[in-house]
Amino acid sequence: MKENQKTYWKGIEQLTNDSEFVKKNEGEFPEYLPVSDQDGNSNRRDFLKLMGFGIAAASLAACEAPVRKAIPYLNKPVDVDPSVPNYYASTYVNGGDAVSIVVKTREGRPIKVEGNKYSSIGQGGTNAQVEASVLSLYDKERLAGPSKDGAEADWETVDREITAQLNDIASKGGQIRIVSQSVLSPTTKRAVGEFAAKFPTTQHVTYDAASAYGISEAHRRSFGEAMIPSYDFSKAHTIVSVGADFLGTWISPIEFTKQYSKTRKINDHHREMSRHYQFESNLSLTGSNADYRTPIKPSQVGPLVVAMYNGIAAKAGQATVSGGAAVDHATEAINELWANRGKSLVVCGSNDPMVQVLINGINSMLGNYGTTLDANVPVHYRQGNDQAMSNLVKEMNSGSVSAVIFFNCNPAYDSAEGAALSASISKVGLTVSTSDRMDETASVVKYVAPDHHYLEQWNDAELREGHYSLVQPTISPIFKTRQAPESFLKWAGQDVEYYTYLQNNWRENFFGKQTDTSSFQTFWDKALYDGVFETGGSNRSLSLDTAAASAAATSIAQNYKVGAGGFELSLYQKIGLGDGSQANNPWLQEMSDPITKATWDNYLTMSIADANEMGITLKEGETQLVDLTVGGTTVKIPVLVQPGQANGTLGMAVGYGRTKAGRVGDNLGVDAYPMMTKLNGANVMDVFAGVSVTATGESYRIAQTQTHQTYMGRENVIQEATLSEYKEDAGAGRWHPKIYKEGKYIKPSKITLWKGHEYSNHHWAMTIDMNSCTGCSACTVACQAENNIPVVGKEEVLNRREMAWIRIDRYYSAANPAGSKKELENAAENPEVTFQPMMCQHCNNAPCETVCPVAATTHSSEGLNQMTYNRCIGTRYCANNCPYKVRRFNWFKYHDNTQFDMNSSMNNDLGKMVLNPDVTVRARGVMEKCTMCVQRIQAGKLTAKREGRRPVDGEISIACASACPSDAITFGDLNDTNSKISQMLQIEDKKDGEGATERVVNEERAYHVLEEINVNPNIWYMTKIRNKQKTEA
Amino acid sequence: MVAKTTIVRFATACLFVCCFLFSGANLFAQRDAVPTDEAIIKAGAGLFEEYQCNTCHTVDRKLVGPALGGVYDRRELEWIYSWVKNSGLMIENGDQQAVALFNEFNKVPMAPYDLDNDQILSILAYVRNVEENPVEVVVDPAGGGDGAVAQEGGVPAQYLNVMVGVLVFVLLVILIVLGLIISVLRRIAADKKDLDEDDEDVINEKFSLSAFVKSPTVIGIITFLVIVLAAKNVIDGLYTVGVQQGYAPEQPIAFSHKLHAGDYEIACQYCHTGVEIGKSANIPSVNICMNCHNFLKTDSPEIQKLYAAQESGQPIEWVRIHNLPDLAYFNHSQHVKVGEIECQTCHGEIQEMEVVKQHAPLTMGWCIDCHRNTDINSQGNGYYDKLVELHNKSSNTPMKVADIGGLECAKCHY
Repeated sequence: MKENQKTYWKGIEQLTNDSEFVKKNEGEFPEYLPVSDQDGNSNRRDFLKLMGFGIAAASLAACEAPVRKAIPYLNKPVDVDPSVPNYYASTYVNGGDAVSIVVKTREGRPIKVEGNKYSSIGQGGTNAQVEASVLSLYDKERLAGPSKDGAEADWETVDREITAQLNDIASKGGQIRIVSQSVLSPTTKRAVGEFAAKFPTTQHVTYDAASAYGISEAHRRSFGEAMIPSYDFSKAHTIVSVGADFLGTWISPIEFTKQYSKTRKINDHHREMSRHYQFESNLSLTGSNADYRTPIKPSQVGPLVVAMYNGIAAKAGQATVSGGAAVDHATEAINELWANRGKSLVVCGSNDPMVQVLINGINSMLGNYGTTLDANVPVHYRQGNDQAMSNLVKEMNSGSVSAVIFFNCNPAYDSAEGAALSASISKVGLTVSTSDRMDETASVVKYVAPDHHYLEQWNDAELREGHYSLVQPTISPIFKTRQAPESFLKWAGQDVEYYTYLQNNWRENFFGKQTDTSSFQTFWDKALYDGVFETGGSNRSLSLDTAAASAAATSIAQNYKVGAGGFELSLYQKIGLGDGSQANNPWLQEMSDPITKATWDNYLTMSIADANEMGITLKEGETQLVDLTVGGTTVKIPVLVQPGQANGTLGMAVGYGRTKAGRVGDNLGVDAYPMMTKLNGANVMDVFAGVSVTATGESYRIAQTQTHQTYMGRENVIQEATLSEYKEDAGAGRWHPKIYKEGKYIKPSKITLWKGHEYSNHHWAMTIDMNSCTGCSACTVACQAENNIPVVGKEEVLNRREMAWIRIDRYYSAANPAGSKKELENAAENPEVTFQPMMCQHCNNAPCETVCPVAATTHSSEGLNQMTYNRCIGTRYCANNCPYKVRRFNWFKYHDNTQFDMNSSMNNDLGKMVLNPDVTVRARGVMEKCTMCVQRIQAGKLTAKREGRRPVDGEISIACASACPSDAITFGDLNDTNSKISQMLQIEDKKDGEGATERVVNEERAYHVLEEINVNPNIWYMTKIRNKQKTEA
Repeated sequence: MVAKTTIVRFATACLFVCCFLFSGANLFAQRDAVPTDEAIIKAGAGLFEEYQCNTCHTVDRKLVGPALGGVYDRRELEWIYSWVKNSGLMIENGDQQAVALFNEFNKVPMAPYDLDNDQILSILAYVRNVEENPVEVVVDPAGGGDGAVAQEGGVPAQYLNVMVGVLVFVLLVILIVLGLIISVLRRIAADKKDLDEDDEDVINEKFSLSAFVKSPTVIGIITFLVIVLAAKNVIDGLYTVGVQQGYAPEQPIAFSHKLHAGDYEIACQYCHTGVEIGKSANIPSVNICMNCHNFLKTDSPEIQKLYAAQESGQPIEWVRIHNLPDLAYFNHSQHVKVGEIECQTCHGEIQEMEVVKQHAPLTMGWCIDCHRNTDINSQGNGYYDKLVELHNKSSNTPMKVADIGGLECAKCHY
């Protein structure tokens, strides 16, 4: 087999072989780490005192066990049995996003969120924000009840005063506005409608922090109906994305990841995969998964789309438009799109309606409507109207609005008009917010009538036309909050319980859409059980207005001036924090960004060439602060040198710089929302001009997890090939190490000190398909929620003490060498990216087990590497001896410790409700690591035993695998020959009577990371296959 | 299980019933109408258990409701059918027997049951069978069952005492013999004439107690013994740190397991509802107590506490007796449902306890011992079929918990 000739690196430091980096990485733990914050002021006497006190305290504490109470229910609810989890189908709703989910509750507390497999949209996938949302429920900074002028009030007063004022305003003909992000719930819309019927001057203004107004506006221009069609990437052979991060943040990323990953699965029976072109400025999650990626400036987007339109139009024999400038790979993309017409998809992240008009034209000429695009089933996400929002602010400013109700939104922070809106709010007579906390908007309004968290409420959501998903409460409201639509109804004079209202709405409007049952109760129960009710869309006949295209081209020619010089800025949402609404959620703050691997911060991403020019280097997170001036406003922000960033462009994430999110999320990073600009009436995330950067010379450290766990130069961790190579040889890209022994080269597994293990009952194992893994990091947050993993805060991440059990290693690679500075610039200009989820490999010949002096880490008879916390004495030998560097040490007590306040799941009574009662909260001084969710395995086995049968494949799933929206992680029992994992790996048992179980894996793509050291893991990786031309590998 | 020593009472009751029968008060004598067919009896036994008749009734004694034995002699079958189906209706309609019965039993109504006549008859068949053929209850003082567990490891205490006694005796004998030998030798030496000075000294030496006590050898030996004993005590003491065996705290309500589980033979699962489905067995919530105590012993000050709890909405704060450390995971359903271990194996003769005390030490050694010695309850459980097959190929002994990984850390610690 040919060896892989690429250079892989995890960060700039490693690529340049920086001497400091090399020195630091010689040791497992960096030397400078302070353990005591007293700076060595403690002396021998202090030590003796502490020791004396410690011994006395310990022996005193041990003498008498404290009296513990066992408090049963007074009246036990019928369906709650202590220690037995219940699962409820519900829907995650946050702003304009909604995902069908299943919520696991214990003793009436939701503790984990997973995807609902019955939903044809999410198909059981989740993302980091959905996984983390359960912690937001237990946020102690949520409002405990309504408030007036910032002071606590009771509902009666608030209701009375608001109703009186509304009636007064309405009688005088004053204007009333309800402002919200896209509302997906048909029942809520009905409630808002009834409110508007009662107060006829009401208008409902919607906006979205991440606007897709450009797309719906473009559809209005092209087809006459403002809408966003549904996309189906699974049917696309050629996917072209111009700046759309559809796997990360664009419109419905979970759905798209599910679809996309279906086109990236290959095996012996199916050797085809889609080809994906990406043109973008920032290296996005989607771009890092593309087969071909071309870095472009934001100002090149328009001309590129024009060029693509013309390319397709020429082939289709249709009229071309003026202008256009192609970039690398554009011609290939056009040719392939045409060749795969009807089986292709072009998407664009730009919010400029004119660009989207051309995209519509391209998809229409390619015949994609009806195949990969379905206009008959428009999505209901992102229905915000940017122009309506601008008008509102103008109206408010002119004093013509008498009442404004901010319905679950925070436009003072996350809209393009934030500052103007905050300034004009004093001109409005009645201001109300339904925010769950005193956020930037709620703190400037008069009344706050807080809404329930989505896990506390009854509701519904229509994700796409005819695709309904029910929200059902999984806990009774923690605080004295009230459902916002119920508040609307109350103010409109209707005293109705929202549950009844919801049921009535379903009875009247949806019950008739099915014929399965004639009993509403049966229908309702089924819908509630499934969580979803899907009927499908309605037929539309669309005809393309071709004249729109030439108008669009003219606009583009005016607005997109390529080569204007200076930096261009491209704003984006981070995978973890998104629009910033969950900024007070520490799980999301500490989630390492899939690309930059940074936590707790936003920053300016800059290409290495530009950074070199400015004299900025990034070394171990050590970087410089710069003054970024956009449109006359200057902010101070650190620079992160980012391979793949288009030269001359800067990237910056929105969602940071919050001031009123709560103690965890406040004052982290810089707010980028004010930098949004307007183009053709839409909010755009790109700034073409007026951007300048000056170095300040001040140093700053970004807490990156990036270069922490290096393989010390051991390559072939990533094994990859191109599709054409794979077609010739399924084992392409595989590296087969050989060890020299007695005159011959043999496989490492032939020489071993270990006797192996016999697995007679189960043999748990996992495969990770690096070809499907998009790096989205849903698994890391799922793992955190499932396994009570603490958050350690920025300082400790800088000290390399983050606790994540599963991490996503992100490797850059390039075919060109990276020796000199110039070569390095070239290599880092547009690298290939590979994601490799890395967790305990559950080695059969585990190096950690061998070195533990107290046998705290041992091997189980089911293939698991077990970690016993109560036995561990904290020598850290195991971490030292682990070749994968996946063991985590509890340097501090992270629970009940005011110094780790940000670890809110373990430091206050409310937050602790999210902890998984089946998993120990680890004490200071012990090692921990991935257990392969042994608590789930044990629970699954027990259920099977109780029912007197073997566990069924798929019945036991682990947190990371069930969270994965791309189905890259497969978990199962290798002893079960029919299990999915056995089939995938084509397992052949080579078991001669007694002794160790030996597995022969016949799937040629499967490999062990670091096979040469023969630790024989139970985790198999599948080679990454890129759909590229062979010559370009 | 619970009823191990009720044979005497049982016999008495039978005697009583017999007397009653022979006294000529054979009012209805429909006994013969009650079938003795085994299948029907079995069905009846099933229903008796399924509908938890035993919560209020036994065959031989009054409980919440009357003893069922001989009911077919006392009442007409038709009357029994309608009573079981809806006793409240009968009382309402003024059936004299029904009203009398209702008043006799503290006006505790019997809930209506959705049973047909054949089913009720089969229950009667079961009752008749129990009444006429009292089962010989095997008294098993060890409290074991199928899943018999051996005594705790090590040498039994009584053997240890005997051995120590024997050792002390032997040492004493040796001491006496040695003393005799010394005196004999001295006498022989004194008889000799040609002694040198050293020998003279030895012979004439007077035994001085103070010199003996002060001799370094004695001090050394005593010091050594003191150190050894102290060390042993410290180590033993350390091993009992956190072990609360015998812990029997006072509870907020003086609930007697002896009365409920012992005398009235209420099944453990009736109150401890989680024991077969989950990790915790569940301490019963007040509403379970109220199933009976809505009507029973309502005047008792202890029962009044239940009403107070109901009224105030404050649950009862029991003192937790079995405190397994948080680092150990224990699941009741694994042991009770899958392993079919008797409750008494770990909790002791709970049906004899007025006040519950911790029977087992709940130490890891105790857990491990049991896992080493307990056979897997694999009969009829498809989960274990293949494992048993594999095990039997290589071993003649039954498969123990330890054989399939029952001693591994991550079975209990995660």
